[in-house]
Amino acid sequence: MIIATNVLKKFGRLAALDGVSVSCNKGQTIALIGPNGSGKTTFIKCLLGMVIPDSGFITVNNENIRNNWNYRRHIGYMPQISRFPDNMTIEQVVDMVRDIRYEPRQIFDEELMEEFGLRQLYSKRMRTLSGGTRQKVSACLAFLFNPDILILDEPTAGLDPVASEILKNKILREKAKGKLILITSHVLSDLDDLVTEIIYLQDGKLGFHQSVPELQKKTGEAKLNKVMARIMLEKTASR
Amino acid sequence: MKKIIKYSLLDILRNRIILAYTVLLALVAISLFMMEDNPAKAVMSLANICLLIIPLVSSIFCTIYLYNSAEFIELLVAQPIRRSRLLWGIYLGMVTALLIAVMLGIGLPVLILFPSVSGLCLVLTGAALSVVFASLATLSAVLTRDKAKGIGLTLLMWFYFTFIFDGLVLLILFQMADYPLDSAMIGMSMLNPIDMGRITMLLQLDISAMMGLTGALFQDFFGKGWGLFLTGFVMLIWMAAPILLAVNRFKRKDL
Repeated sequence: MIIATNVLKKFGRLAALDGVSVSCNKGQTIALIGPNGSGKTTFIKCLLGMVIPDSGFITVNNENIRNNWNYRRHIGYMPQISRFPDNMTIEQVVDMVRDIRYEPRQIFDEELMEEFGLRQLYSKRMRTLSGGTRQKVSACLAFLFNPDILILDEPTAGLDPVASEILKNKILREKAKGKLILITSHVLSDLDDLVTEIIYLQDGKLGFHQSVPELQKKTGEAKLNKVMARIMLEKTASR
Repeated sequence: MKKIIKYSLLDILRNRIILAYTVLLALVAISLFMMEDNPAKAVMSLANICLLIIPLVSSIFCTIYLYNSAEFIELLVAQPIRRSRLLWGIYLGMVTALLIAVMLGIGLPVLILFPSVSGLCLVLTGAALSVVFASLATLSAVLTRDKAKGIGLTLLMWFYFTFIFDGLVLLILFQMADYPLDSAMIGMSMLNPIDMGRITMLLQLDISAMMGLTGALFQDFFGKGWGLFLTGFVMLIWMAAPILLAVNRFKRKDL
């Protein structure tokens, strides 16, 4: 569903993405992992057309995304830091996005909204909300349109354990529906039962792209953080 | 795009700056008409104030508003919507708000207290300058990522068109005093939308007679049909060029 070929993006002299090629398919839940500044967020922003790559091309559902906008109707995006217009209430923001993204016969997925209890906060202005509540609004917007592809950038950062558990269960349910889900997170234990594959980025280059069972077999560890620790150790040892 | 215009216009009308701007314009207009016995003189004074205030407020307001809607833009670029439509929507929302302010703040008092051709000309000039400076401000906000730099650039543009440009023209006039520069002056005035507005106003009020030969030449050029047409055309270019450039840059901007 997402195929990226040789994506290159430079910010000044720094190559944030240096020839990244990956392909992601339906039904996969993929963790994007890498140290700080390895290009995870830049890659995600490239997928969304928020950052335009210098070279290389990306297709989403067989549509080239360059100079295209319509493909974004397949994507639900939850950014790392959610920023909303300060003066609008939660209700206005949700209604606005709904209005702008209007499609006939759209089925809205309001499960998360109910579970987070956002309706009780509907008339609150965005600027009065805590960081966690903003994350909740952002998560609801990502799931609201029932998209085929979900891109979640650090979804559990700033959420309390209860909310984070609700979100994880929601992700599991969507995964069962056969959607493609891309997650970045530094909290590897959060990803344990969720992900099926791992894309590892380092210094803007693709480190590896392998399925979790393969990695578990290779390293002989069951838990994701142990798996990754083993791999990172091996990488530094082989240098 | 209509939806974006709707949301940005609602947002602008909700904040009180545009209301304060309307009240300010209305106060200036009404008090000038009250103080002057001759309404034509009042229109001239009003024109002078408008040529200063309208470009300043339009450009500063639009730059700050665009930087403040960074969140709004960030939220919407990830949605299935064309980037060019997004910027056009916000721009048209801002322009509509500014035009409403000019119409209510200047148009209404002029219509009630002194309905005349020169009054109409003043309102049209004010409206045109609002659009021109909204375009220029949008361009500078798209070009610079840093808020302080963007506002600085806008202020510099206003300063240039209001003061520096006239100084440069005077400098050229003095340096080249031995040459006939009258028709060149017409060309030079086209390089500054505020000057064009000023000349149009002066001609409407027949004060050009006091400007000597150049005034007569201006009257001859701008007063006639195709001169007026050319003025309108150049004004349109001043409105369209910056915003088209801004939209073009915005399409390729990393957010």
